[in-house]
Amino acid sequence: MRQEWNGFKSGSWTTEVNVRSFIQDNYTPYEGDDSFLVGPTKRTLELWDKTMELMKLENEKGIIDAETSKPSTITTFGPGYLDKENEIIVGFQTDKPLKRGIMPNGGIRVVKKALDSYGYTLDKTTEEIYTKNRKTHNDGVFDAYTDAMRKARHSGIITGLPDAYGRGRIIGDYRRVALYGVDFLIEEKLHEKKLLENPTLGSPDIRLREELSEQISALKQLKEMAASYGYDISVPAKDSFEATQWTYFAYLGAIKEQDGAAMSLGRVSTFLDIYYERDLKNGLITEEEIQELMDQFVMKLRMVRFLRTPEYNDLFSGDPTWVTEAIGGMGLDGRTLVTKSSFRILHTLYNLGPAPEPNLTVLWSVFLPEPFKKFCAKVSIDTSSIQYESDDIMREVWGDDYGIACCVSAMRLGKQMQFFGARANLAKALLYAINGGKDEMSGEQVAPMFAPITSEYLDYDEVIAKLDQTLDWLSELYINTLNVIHYMHDKYNYEKLQMALHDVDILRTQACGIAGLSVVADSLSAIKYAKVKAIRNENGLVTDYEIEGDYPAFGNNDDKVDQIAVDLVERFMNKLRKVKTYRDSRHTLSVLTITSNVVYGKKTGSTPDGRKKGEPFAPGANPMHGRDKKGAIASMSSVAKLPYKHSEDGISYTFSIVPKALGKDKEERVGNLVGMLDGYFHSKGHHINVNVFDRETLMDAMDHPEKYPQLTIRVSGYAVNFVKLNREQQLDVIHRTFHER
Amino acid sequence: MAKLGRIHSLESFGTVDGPGIRFVVFMQGCPLRCQFCHNPDTWDVNKGNEYTPESLFEEIIKYKSYMDYSGGGVTFTGGEPLLQADFILEVSKMCKREGISVSIDTSGFIYNDEVEELLDYTDLVLLDIKNYDPIVYKTITGVNLSPTMKFLNHLKEKNIAAWVRYVVVPQLTDNLDSIKKLSDHLDDYPNVEKIELLAFHKMGEYKWEEMGLEYKLADTKEPSKELMRKVMDILSTNGKVVTSNA
Repeated sequence: MRQEWNGFKSGSWTTEVNVRSFIQDNYTPYEGDDSFLVGPTKRTLELWDKTMELMKLENEKGIIDAETSKPSTITTFGPGYLDKENEIIVGFQTDKPLKRGIMPNGGIRVVKKALDSYGYTLDKTTEEIYTKNRKTHNDGVFDAYTDAMRKARHSGIITGLPDAYGRGRIIGDYRRVALYGVDFLIEEKLHEKKLLENPTLGSPDIRLREELSEQISALKQLKEMAASYGYDISVPAKDSFEATQWTYFAYLGAIKEQDGAAMSLGRVSTFLDIYYERDLKNGLITEEEIQELMDQFVMKLRMVRFLRTPEYNDLFSGDPTWVTEAIGGMGLDGRTLVTKSSFRILHTLYNLGPAPEPNLTVLWSVFLPEPFKKFCAKVSIDTSSIQYESDDIMREVWGDDYGIACCVSAMRLGKQMQFFGARANLAKALLYAINGGKDEMSGEQVAPMFAPITSEYLDYDEVIAKLDQTLDWLSELYINTLNVIHYMHDKYNYEKLQMALHDVDILRTQACGIAGLSVVADSLSAIKYAKVKAIRNENGLVTDYEIEGDYPAFGNNDDKVDQIAVDLVERFMNKLRKVKTYRDSRHTLSVLTITSNVVYGKKTGSTPDGRKKGEPFAPGANPMHGRDKKGAIASMSSVAKLPYKHSEDGISYTFSIVPKALGKDKEERVGNLVGMLDGYFHSKGHHINVNVFDRETLMDAMDHPEKYPQLTIRVSGYAVNFVKLNREQQLDVIHRTFHER
Repeated sequence: MAKLGRIHSLESFGTVDGPGIRFVVFMQGCPLRCQFCHNPDTWDVNKGNEYTPESLFEEIIKYKSYMDYSGGGVTFTGGEPLLQADFILEVSKMCKREGISVSIDTSGFIYNDEVEELLDYTDLVLLDIKNYDPIVYKTITGVNLSPTMKFLNHLKEKNIAAWVRYVVVPQLTDNLDSIKKLSDHLDDYPNVEKIELLAFHKMGEYKWEEMGLEYKLADTKEPSKELMRKVMDILSTNGKVVTSNA
């Protein structure tokens, strides 16, 4: 064994890259409570004060600074510091904290536009290179897009596609750098490449050989970058500090090279805990020093920044980066994966105050140790900064070493990546079904022409038959569009470092998504159980609806409508499955909107459920605002019925409650929240955001943002600083169903 | 034929009407006309939706896992649930068969054979004592206090756990002398596990307006922290656990 590994138990991880085996052989489950936790050190507080000052400035200006000429790679920038004396974990994406780099491989137009919008000008030479000499992902995609794809994109039936910037949602197994050192990883890649010297070399092998070469070059650059900070990461980390710093360097390399929407971290806290426990046992480190490492690591994760356009900010508001860290969960052998460091990373929300990033995600199991459950509930009540996902559901499908990319997408670390597919607007699809494939806003024929519905009152069976037909068209178009995008992304904007931190044989998923599920379910319920009259304009296009009578709405735990929603998910998923995907990726689906539910609503006409033109959809899989009449648990029970096996990319539910409605005092509130989470996940719920605050607080924060720099709120799958949302989105959050009885 | 129950509404996530997460059934109809009532829309015995015991039980059982994990159960409130004791009895029998804990939130105004049998299936009674002074009681509720105090005796005889609830309304129920007497009275009831103080609030005022009723407490303020503290101290003198939601 290497000397850096002294004190660790050997296993299959010692001879091959296998982080899971290292964790299983060496980690110490923790079933105790939070009493061992300590506050921040003086150094941490000083550093955090400086960071907060910078962030305040950033809030005022939009961004602090941006690079305008040098495209960002792993090694573009030399070392950058905020306060060398107090900084323990080091490294920034550019040469200065919070300064944003440019990554034109995704698309030069977006870079130019984003710089323009903040008052910066893209360097002429850089622009010329990426216009004349170096093709981008964005150019490639538009070279191959068909007319139908352009139309669908323009009308908004498919939106948010990663066709102009990095696709993201790939998690490198950043722990590998700490455990093995970079040289060992390069050796492995060389070996794998050697194995691909086949007698007949077809294009998949040629592509893979090229990719492996790219990966090796990225690993070499990573060493170079770390060396510029004075660290040699060619060898394994030998202690707690190095393990944390090496892991961060690996992640830092990825965010220097790629600006995908979601750049998630994986599942590092229990991995790092093994180093912390070993060093603690040997008297080499104190609890204060460990918490200091964690606080400073997290502080760096809070400072991840990308350059975005205003249009992007409308879709995904609040400058999110989705540095998602998965915490806790259970092992396949029945031991909990909760360690002291699961507590420590959550404790940063006290030591540094609440924050949206990193996107702290607790993998909940009804079998988690009670003290940990209670601690999580307490943190939720105090900070509204964490989300929960069902480890009991995901462990069955993905094992016990998966992370969460973005909001809700599970992937086995180092063994799986996804082709991010944004989402299709299901509500618009329903309106196309009614209008014979014409867009209800523009009147344009977007889907192929078919007979529209002409009756005054809508007939359920007729609408379902037409919807089915529309979904056939949409699913084919959707998958083919994604195939174009990901073919080009691999070609022009390959994630060489992140993929270097994967196995050579990986599972790829084609991660599709839907928006407007509750709108469509309620619309179909209205058509079935009430009477819905179509209102047509002078061209015969249905532009509005009148409902006579009541109908059961999604969110009341009523199977009459809940099963309609279940059927929609399954129906659309099965149609997607029929269409061949790029690189034989596995079809998956998410019910997740992020904050784009507002923009989707804006682009969609009136719907048969009574929602008027332009009004927001509910976020993710949430019931529509105010239609859930039987309280919070009835509402989440409807959502829990949506089948994970047909929605393996995740089902997002956002829950907001006023403190008083959770119980009379703190202890009761903690107990009830734990009970609620256990009940929800026991009933097969997949994901839940938990917000606990008073509506008045939010109203006050709208008027006095300066008083609430750290007010954090969970939206669909991530968290944001409330004051960074635009007014429209703030109002959407406030109007959203608050459970307050 | 199965008895029908009239129900005002259902709440799947109750956390303030008994321990843990409660499925709360708001029964329709009430013989009292409390001045501070925040659900006057539950008074009329002819309103609400009809349920059979089976159909209500089907709703309740959906949430069993939440009750189990949180130590919760079902709570019947209203309105005055005991107006429909026969119906609740049927539902409670089904609940007990499934191991679901049953609580009843009542003024204790009604006692008959059905209520007596129902109590055998009840784990906890939340007994609202609006005031201990019979005259004030009548002013607040329009009915007499004595049935409530007799009800409390029945609970003691049957050894059924009770939480006494008391709403603090300035200038109406803050008669401290009678609160002291109530405290002494409750000292003789070992089955009273807890006293819950509820601060008066006006969240139900709009309902009075919607119903065209005169809301007599329009000018009354919510109780101060000092008043709540004072009442709490008095009720604690004999060693009972007292909680407050303010």
